[in-house]
Amino acid sequence: MKEGTVIKVSGPLVVARGLTGTNIYDMVRVGVQKLLGEVIEIRSDEYSIQVYEETEGIGPGQPVYPMGEPLSVELGPGLISSIFDGIQRPLDVISLRLGSYIARGAEYTSLDRTKRWHFIPARKSGDNIRPGDILGTVKETALIEHRIMVPQGVEGKVTVVAEDAYTLDDVVAEVETSTGKVSVKMLQKWPVRKPRQVTKKLPPDQPLITGQRVIDTFFPVAKGGTSCVPGPFGSGKTVVQHQLAKWSDADIIVFVGCGERGNEMADVLLSFPELKDPKSHEPLMGRTVLVANTSNMPVAAREASIFTGITIAEYYRDMGYNVALMADSTSRWAEAMREISCRLEEMPGEEGFPTYLGSRLASFYERSGSVVCMGSDAQGEEGRRGSLSIIGAVSPPGGDLSEPVTQATLRTVKVFWSLDDRLASQRHFPAVNWLTSYSLYQQVVGRFVANKIGAGWDENRTKALRVLQRESELEELVRLVGMEALSPEDMLVMETAKMIREDFLHQNAYHELDTYTSLEKQFHMLDVILKFYSKAQDAVDKGVDPLRLMGVPVKDKISNMRLASEGDMETFRRIEGDIARQVDELVEDRAVGI
Amino acid sequence: MVFKEYITVKDIFGPLMLIEGVEGVTYGELAEVRLSDGQVRRGRVLEIADSCVLVQVFEGTMGLGRDNVRVKFLGKGLEIGVSPDIIGRVFDGAGRTIDGGPNIIPEKRLNVNGSPINPCARDYPSEFIQTGISSIDGLNPLVRGQKLPIFSGSGLPHARLAAQIARQARVPGSPEGFAVVFAAMGVTFEEANYFISNFQATRAIERAVVFINLAEDPPIERLAVPRMALTVAEYLAYELDMHVLIILTDMINYCEALREVSAARKEVPGRRGYPGYLYTDLAAIYERAGRVKGRKGSITQIPILTMPEDDKTHPVPDLTGYITEGQIILSRDLHLQGIYPPIDILPSLSRLKDKGIGEGRTREDHADISNQLYASYARGKAARELAVILGEGALSPLDLAFVDFTEHCNNEFIKQGEEENRSISQTLDIGWWLLGLLPRKDLKRIRKEYSDKYYRKREE
Repeated sequence: MKEGTVIKVSGPLVVARGLTGTNIYDMVRVGVQKLLGEVIEIRSDEYSIQVYEETEGIGPGQPVYPMGEPLSVELGPGLISSIFDGIQRPLDVISLRLGSYIARGAEYTSLDRTKRWHFIPARKSGDNIRPGDILGTVKETALIEHRIMVPQGVEGKVTVVAEDAYTLDDVVAEVETSTGKVSVKMLQKWPVRKPRQVTKKLPPDQPLITGQRVIDTFFPVAKGGTSCVPGPFGSGKTVVQHQLAKWSDADIIVFVGCGERGNEMADVLLSFPELKDPKSHEPLMGRTVLVANTSNMPVAAREASIFTGITIAEYYRDMGYNVALMADSTSRWAEAMREISCRLEEMPGEEGFPTYLGSRLASFYERSGSVVCMGSDAQGEEGRRGSLSIIGAVSPPGGDLSEPVTQATLRTVKVFWSLDDRLASQRHFPAVNWLTSYSLYQQVVGRFVANKIGAGWDENRTKALRVLQRESELEELVRLVGMEALSPEDMLVMETAKMIREDFLHQNAYHELDTYTSLEKQFHMLDVILKFYSKAQDAVDKGVDPLRLMGVPVKDKISNMRLASEGDMETFRRIEGDIARQVDELVEDRAVGI
Repeated sequence: MVFKEYITVKDIFGPLMLIEGVEGVTYGELAEVRLSDGQVRRGRVLEIADSCVLVQVFEGTMGLGRDNVRVKFLGKGLEIGVSPDIIGRVFDGAGRTIDGGPNIIPEKRLNVNGSPINPCARDYPSEFIQTGISSIDGLNPLVRGQKLPIFSGSGLPHARLAAQIARQARVPGSPEGFAVVFAAMGVTFEEANYFISNFQATRAIERAVVFINLAEDPPIERLAVPRMALTVAEYLAYELDMHVLIILTDMINYCEALREVSAARKEVPGRRGYPGYLYTDLAAIYERAGRVKGRKGSITQIPILTMPEDDKTHPVPDLTGYITEGQIILSRDLHLQGIYPPIDILPSLSRLKDKGIGEGRTREDHADISNQLYASYARGKAARELAVILGEGALSPLDLAFVDFTEHCNNEFIKQGEEENRSISQTLDIGWWLLGLLPRKDLKRIRKEYSDKYYRKREE
């Protein structure tokens, strides 16, 4: 491989000559400041390089040093609780060493090489091992046991070290392969643009429980599934993403802040260590990896950040964990692609986005899935299973969902949470529009929940959505002729819809009790509202004035049931009793002519 | 240091010039363009290919020719000289003093592009700023280190509002006010003069630094103005420990200058001809607001932009809204009703309010009352729209109460005097007074303990 020379600089794009031996997507260091870049196009002797750092000060004649390998991430203990930039530089270390600003050309290893991890072998010397096998484990955080896996292409008889503390650079196993001895360390590398291998993909069959009522009950996502959250600014995309990162029942969360606000990342960094996992009561940071390439950080590294994040996520999936990746926002990622494409003077597709926008987005979402992992313990249906769910935020310009990024995303993902400006301005959060959103996992999830919580889940969901749909039809009518013109039955529909909206769907992310609701409680909350509805329907049939039904005192209790503590079934039973009694009283009053 | 001078100008088009046969120039470098009549202009290297350099000339290319120009490359980016003496001074868009005072002797020179703040080094903004304006403090509170733009329309009183904020902003309990950095891009003399005389009249000028690029000044200079202003703000905040409020007006003019350069380079345009990198470019400006761990000062940004046709889906307000932490939107409708400040509270938003309000910061009931005021206002507004079609007779007594609430809210909560500086507890008390118009059981967003404490039914 030869050194090259810069001949052209245009923003984040640098063209160099003379890099013979360097391949496409290989990394290079550019200029006297040794900025990190990646070769993205080769035309005869001209190598186009996207540079991951601000290129001010780079000029023709400066050297370009080949690195001989594609952009890769370091994988091993120490990933959890870390915060990386788009090309996996440790931002916490950089902040300690270089101060408040991100200096250019910073060269720090992604993972700490001096820290010792307590390695417990899982295999005996003399065992035959194959790729994906678990050699041993390391307690990475209170929540996560890190499983050291045999790298790709390594197969044969193993010699494992004894249980002790080792650094990432220490050899923990030696394998006699057919081509010679291979040393295995706890640290591995993997090129980010290449999906990690699995034995087999399976259709997702379990829900990713998020504790968000509108999501779990109405538009659920499966473990290993994909979903997208498009919405105009201010509609609460980031809050939805943060809520999922906080409360979803994945084992590992990878949060990619891609081209978004610096303060939001600061919020995650400051709040996650204080939030406790609802099950284990350990800090949530103990299961979270952050990749932060905020909007003011270099645009090419933003393009890479998504790949960095998903490769780390795949690595934990391969250990057999349920991983969820949040990407906020994929639109900024697409814009980074557009910017580079524009500098390469490629023929643009829609709205200046490159023609490969759709295929890139699809191949990213396709890296999700519920899988049988690699390794000899992972054969067959009973083997080690992992999943990787992707939740991508989309920021459509002007809230216009017909724009290319949203449309390309919708072609791929299975769940669509459509955030609505109108709901947001009424402070109805999460502002997921129940009429336009959808989930293709609803059957899968319905089956799972029915087994766990009991029948009625799916029926309730269908019933509630029908009421909401009917409400939107009636709203048109009310706008024309007024509420009085409605039949008593329809007035009841309007009232029930309002209860579903205000007492069930509306959820305050900042309220300590309301922020998370278990599936069981969700079921009972909706069930209570629908019980009220059917009871009231009977009463209306018997001639009770719907306005009187709307005034029954139990309604106050219904609107406060969100604050019932988890597992407190007594409250719901009492409310149901009150509903029956109070509605019956009205029916009796009616019968005796009051 | 000796710099080579080049006379090899090849092309001049729009605000750009192409120079041939250049050696050793780097991307982003500052160029000095000297005309034969002695004029000096400055430019920035936008692209270099082999020995051809594309330079964007800040003062415009008028009067430049292929044979009356000598170009020097200075081996560094655009810089601004700073020292404590800049406080109280007025500069033009090129960073020269225009207030008749002595020239600044810089203590140091700083690159105007700054560097991105490491997200790890950011401190989350959480100190409530009392602006004295109810519709901001009560519903969309501003915190130190936030970037909160004002989305306005032509003819709306955004300048008065911004000046009022600059005058009144205080952190309750902390004696010092804010230092104000004011950057005007392509505004009229009258508007710039309004701010300057306002600052002078209130003596705010003693803690202000002003950059003025008027409508008649070179448009490309507008690309440098916010960067210079922010560099000064960072100097004041992080080196002189001041709390800085920076007002950038009008961002639309900035974006148009950017579009002009992009069009001259024949780049593939994004929406409405704005370049595809508009988001990234705006982010580089807005993200320079914030708080940094271990530093005393802070930078709070209030960019102002007039939305063409009051359309918030126009690319500039749209992308701004995606970067900033909320927005204050002005309403033509309220303005026509004579309500000042005409803040449209429903689409306005402050994303950072949750950590800045509540017990110990403002008052324990702040979050609930703000949610409730919103919800009730939205309901009243919807009911009023219905009444417009169907007549008031079609509304239920409860809906009428909400319509009435909305009216009172416009006139008692949103409307206030330009000199009226309300404390946060005054603002919240007005909120409770208004909620007294509504039955208590319809105030679902308020925790029981707070309505027990503050709610008083209002008998008319």
